[in-house]
Amino acid sequence: MSEIKLMKGNEAIAEAAILAGCDAYFGYPITPQSEVIEYLMVERPEDRTGMIVLQAESEIAAIHMVYGAAGAGKKVMTSSSSPGISLKQEGISYIAAAELPCLIVNVVRGGPGLGTIQPSQADYFQSTKGGGHGDYRLIVLAPASVQEMADFVEDSFKLAFKYRTPVMILSDGVIGQMMEKVIMPEQMPRLTDDEILERYGDWANTGKTKLRERNIITSLNLDSNVQEAHNIKLQAKYSQIEENEVRYEAINCNDAEYIIVAYGSSARVAQKSMAMARAKGIKVGIFRLISLFPFPKKEINALADRVKGFLAVEMSAGQMIEDVRLAVNGKVPAEHYGRYGGVIHSPEEVLASLENKIIGG
Amino acid sequence: MTEEMIIAGFGGQGVLSMGKILAYSGIMQDQEVSWMPSYGPEMRGGTANVTVIVSDERISSPVLTNFDTAIILNQQSMDKFENTVKPGGVLLYDPNGILKHPTRTDIKIYTIDGAKLASEMGNPKIFNMIVLGAFMQVKPIVKLENVIRGLKKSLPERHHKLIPLNEDAITMGMKNVVAK
Repeated sequence: MSEIKLMKGNEAIAEAAILAGCDAYFGYPITPQSEVIEYLMVERPEDRTGMIVLQAESEIAAIHMVYGAAGAGKKVMTSSSSPGISLKQEGISYIAAAELPCLIVNVVRGGPGLGTIQPSQADYFQSTKGGGHGDYRLIVLAPASVQEMADFVEDSFKLAFKYRTPVMILSDGVIGQMMEKVIMPEQMPRLTDDEILERYGDWANTGKTKLRERNIITSLNLDSNVQEAHNIKLQAKYSQIEENEVRYEAINCNDAEYIIVAYGSSARVAQKSMAMARAKGIKVGIFRLISLFPFPKKEINALADRVKGFLAVEMSAGQMIEDVRLAVNGKVPAEHYGRYGGVIHSPEEVLASLENKIIGG
Repeated sequence: MTEEMIIAGFGGQGVLSMGKILAYSGIMQDQEVSWMPSYGPEMRGGTANVTVIVSDERISSPVLTNFDTAIILNQQSMDKFENTVKPGGVLLYDPNGILKHPTRTDIKIYTIDGAKLASEMGNPKIFNMIVLGAFMQVKPIVKLENVIRGLKKSLPERHHKLIPLNEDAITMGMKNVVAK
């Protein structure tokens, strides 16, 4: 087993990327995720694995560098925080349309606009419902610890290549900035050009067209019938993802009368609220979302048959609550609670809201 | 055992490093740890604080509003955090620069003349280690040997020669903490 380290979430992502055999990182600094590129610059992965780290001239340039490198069958990533992710949306839509794998990390801060640099979860809609234009989805994973920041990197790359689609790690300022114990995975080798040709030669632009038809990577189809067929294909892929890739952690849900649905740092805060509630004899469980898309609809719907109510806790004015309500489908009350704009709710506030809105309500 | 604490003072006092050393020491003792800094437009001379949790169990919220211990190193932090100490908890502070001393009677209050002692020892940089020593005397949740092991692990090799000085500073803090 490799040794236990004390690291920030942002640093853990960066180290895990090197260890995952990532070929290139293109990014641009922004608080609260700057430690990702900072760590990579200091660590010089080009000396360790040959991984390229490049600070682009802007977020828009960075995401299009990712587009290009992904098109070559490379394992590539970028990271940013909310306003920077907004800038990347055009590129993300293109990458989704062109069916290319990549990893995008969003360490969310309070918005809208330039907002604040403090933690927030108000990019849920942007991440799970589109963000860029057109009918596309990202696979979105939400880590709730520094260990998961590290673990989800390789997971995300696997999903990205399995479905040839961009995967987002949706974190926030708390998980990015905090330090916890973390155990890093083993170093995986980067793929050689021959391996890339062998595995991804049917779609990647490897520059080696001998013995095969050229691959064309584009998001442009001027014939609307062709474009509709392409959309149908994308939708089939998203259905398959919804069928196979739902991830969550059910904490004390078996005997629970009330469920708090939360992800990321809110799920951590809520676990303290749960402990406080249980000390008072209130049977609370946490349904922690790990995949935000695909959303665990069936699982929450099934829980709604045997609990008295749901509280969706998120650092936003109410975004995830919409998906929770769709899943609960009116069977029992489902309400929202959250501080936002960079304010983190306290465990006491979450418990008070549960008591007022769900138990008393 | 779970110890939830806040360390707060000026940027440049070594507040974040002290928290990091505590977290490392917890790891050396096979405990769970979390270290959550205030981050943002902070700088030398501005305020800085860090929430540190050391526990035998899995840590839930890294962000807290009430603490078992508050280590307070300037007036702004005293104003902000005196009332966040849980009843029966500990408030440890350096009276240097404190105009309004804490008034609560339901908590245990200790002082450490960290700034003065550091300057007497001829190195203002060991201030935070003196304060850490004072905390370790009041609440021996981390053992000195584990702090030293933590320092060895967290400091680059070229700084290891400074470890004896840090150990002296911790001892100085342990000897000079005063109960109010």
